[in-house]
Amino acid sequence: MAKSVKKIANKAAAKKSAPAPKTVVKAAAPVQSQGTPLVEMHGVSIAFGGIKAVDGASIDLHPGEVVGLLGHNGAGKSTLIKVLSGAYKRDAGQIMVEGKEVKIDNPRDAKALGIETIYQTLALADNVDAAANLYLGREIKTRMGTLDDVAMEAETRKVMHRLNPNFRRFKEPVSKLSGGQRQSVAIARAIHFNARILIMDEPTAALGPQETAQVGELIKQLKAEGIGIFLISHDLHDVFDLADRLVVMKNGKVVGTASTKDVNHDEVLGMIIAGKCPKGAIPGPGAMRDTA
Amino acid sequence: MSNITSTSNNPALQNEGPVKRFFRATEIDARMLGMLVALVLIWCIFDVASGVLRGNFGGLLGGSFLTPRNLWTLLVQTSSIAVMSTGMVLLIVMRQLDLSVGSMLSMVAVAGAVLQVFKLAPALGVGHPAIWIIAVLVCILLGAAVGAFNGWLTAYAKIPAFIVTLGGLLAYSGIAFYMAKGETVAPMDKTFEVFGGGITSSWLGPFWSWAIALVVCAAIIFAVVNGRKQRQRFNFPLRPVWAEVFLAAVGSAVVLGVTHVMNSYPWPFKLIENYAKANGDIIPPGIENKDSSAVCMAGDQVVRCTEGLIYYTGYSLPVIVALVVGLLMTFLATRTQFGRYVYAIGGNPEAAELAGINTKWMIVKVFALMGALVGISAVISSARLNAATNALGLTNELYVIAATVIGGTSLAGGVGTIYGAMIGALMMQSIISGMSLLNLPAAFQNVVVGAVLVLAVYLDQLYSRRVK
Repeated sequence: MAKSVKKIANKAAAKKSAPAPKTVVKAAAPVQSQGTPLVEMHGVSIAFGGIKAVDGASIDLHPGEVVGLLGHNGAGKSTLIKVLSGAYKRDAGQIMVEGKEVKIDNPRDAKALGIETIYQTLALADNVDAAANLYLGREIKTRMGTLDDVAMEAETRKVMHRLNPNFRRFKEPVSKLSGGQRQSVAIARAIHFNARILIMDEPTAALGPQETAQVGELIKQLKAEGIGIFLISHDLHDVFDLADRLVVMKNGKVVGTASTKDVNHDEVLGMIIAGKCPKGAIPGPGAMRDTA
Repeated sequence: MSNITSTSNNPALQNEGPVKRFFRATEIDARMLGMLVALVLIWCIFDVASGVLRGNFGGLLGGSFLTPRNLWTLLVQTSSIAVMSTGMVLLIVMRQLDLSVGSMLSMVAVAGAVLQVFKLAPALGVGHPAIWIIAVLVCILLGAAVGAFNGWLTAYAKIPAFIVTLGGLLAYSGIAFYMAKGETVAPMDKTFEVFGGGITSSWLGPFWSWAIALVVCAAIIFAVVNGRKQRQRFNFPLRPVWAEVFLAAVGSAVVLGVTHVMNSYPWPFKLIENYAKANGDIIPPGIENKDSSAVCMAGDQVVRCTEGLIYYTGYSLPVIVALVVGLLMTFLATRTQFGRYVYAIGGNPEAAELAGINTKWMIVKVFALMGALVGISAVISSARLNAATNALGLTNELYVIAATVIGGTSLAGGVGTIYGAMIGALMMQSIISGMSLLNLPAAFQNVVVGAVLVLAVYLDQLYSRRVK
């Protein structure tokens, strides 16, 4: 898997005239907003019934960048991200991948573009085993067209060994696994298939401290490989630790965007709770007007 | 390296009892074993009870249940429901349900019967070999089309399957009535009738039965050896050798045992005589014995006797059809992407959709498959009765669903096996046949079957709660 990810990283680097993402990460330079972003979402709106869950939101993501998406419950962050992953169909707005407008109407479209998602609910089929979940929708087949379970299990053993070396329960349905183990399966599934853009919705919600640290390490590693990551989290510490930039949403609108270096915890809390946009941030349409 | 076993690389498992170790090593599903034990128990009880109430007819335990004749009939009777239950498993696993299979069976059977009796037979001449081919194809395709329609209404028009197929239950039997003009459409063409298992040409005979049994035994051994090789290739934990040998031996023993029983059921006396006369087989002279099944000449009279000409039925075609369907459906459910999707959708429909599976189209496909299987059952049922009526499949939907649920398929979705449903069908048919042997009234039989269904699900709940 590492090989394929690197290939894509190189491709992404070759396309850009800006410095290659790897060097950027190593230099720990601030997020560069020049060059073509990996993903841009412009003026995306989606309504359920009469409620506008996402209202004209615009966000972007560069290769090798981690963007934290923050907000209250119901602020619209998960919904926005589900538009990108193809789970919801947007009512308005456009999505561009590497500068080209793309059509994402269902999860298959998103996956074809290299957009992988780790959902908050994990979205695992509980009644089948880890390998079946990892390969769900893209099964390895034998020459006769049947499922190559042995090959899938072998690959799964490799990936899982990297993510969670203690994992042994390859034959059991994932419903029998612990929260952390299930999370590893969900993460393995997202990173195993040439992901260029990774969406992580509360990836550490079910995890203990040690496993959380592991996920943190993984994010850094993936970032170094040039993958762009959207990280949705309630945990400000996580976001400040891992993200280069953060976007705060409130009532379906973007309050503001800021580099994690330019704002502090309290300011971000102000953005989340009151919609106040501090000086270090670029205000969005959802920011309170008097402070803007 | 290659002899790592699943028990030896985990010290925590070394101290478990021999029973637990046995189940772990052989990977036998304890639930399935329980079902088989219950089945054998039911058979024994009926054999003893029939012996006490009705006298000894050569049963293993002195009754009339465990006789080749009864067991042979039992399998033929089970085949139609068993075929449909394999499809119902996939539907219920996918959290859907089809209540219309009984009516659909009537409709498809009547359509197939009308076609061959009023159209094909006059056009091609009675007994033309194309008749059965066309009739069977039409039944399967019509079933698939009707099933796909049910699926489309469920998946794309978003009407719950319960309502769609409840409507179908009423509508399809009404259509069957109109197609048959309220009459019994009969008789079926001789070439079509072989699928019912009621005529001599539908019996395989001992030679072919043994041949099939040996092929199946070879396949079992091959599967065990091949599975082991595959796992060795990737250095996965292996089952201990004794467990592999045990599984292959038990599997082969069951196949050979069933074949032996099927090959012990002689043709009815009159059929032997007719066949021998028609084919020039010599009926040897002998001494009359009214309790035997062989045929001999006592002077000019053809009589029953201990030593003489005898033919055995072997497997009958509907049973072979059901077994082949079961095998193909098991393959479909466990070895293909299609089957994987069915189970994944049942486990978590939302996750399956997010994984990029076209769940709506899958629903249509599984309903269509159910319909095709109903088509096969319609062929078996109408060929067995040698007629088709609008009441042919009456209450079949209930038996199919009951067999599936008794066989361990969870109505909550995601869990169920093809072989479980087929054993469930066999268990239900055993209870019905056994009570008929005991001369119990039909109303009482319904009470028992209903109670067994509820009890089976209750036991399953208890079991799964304890496992958790």
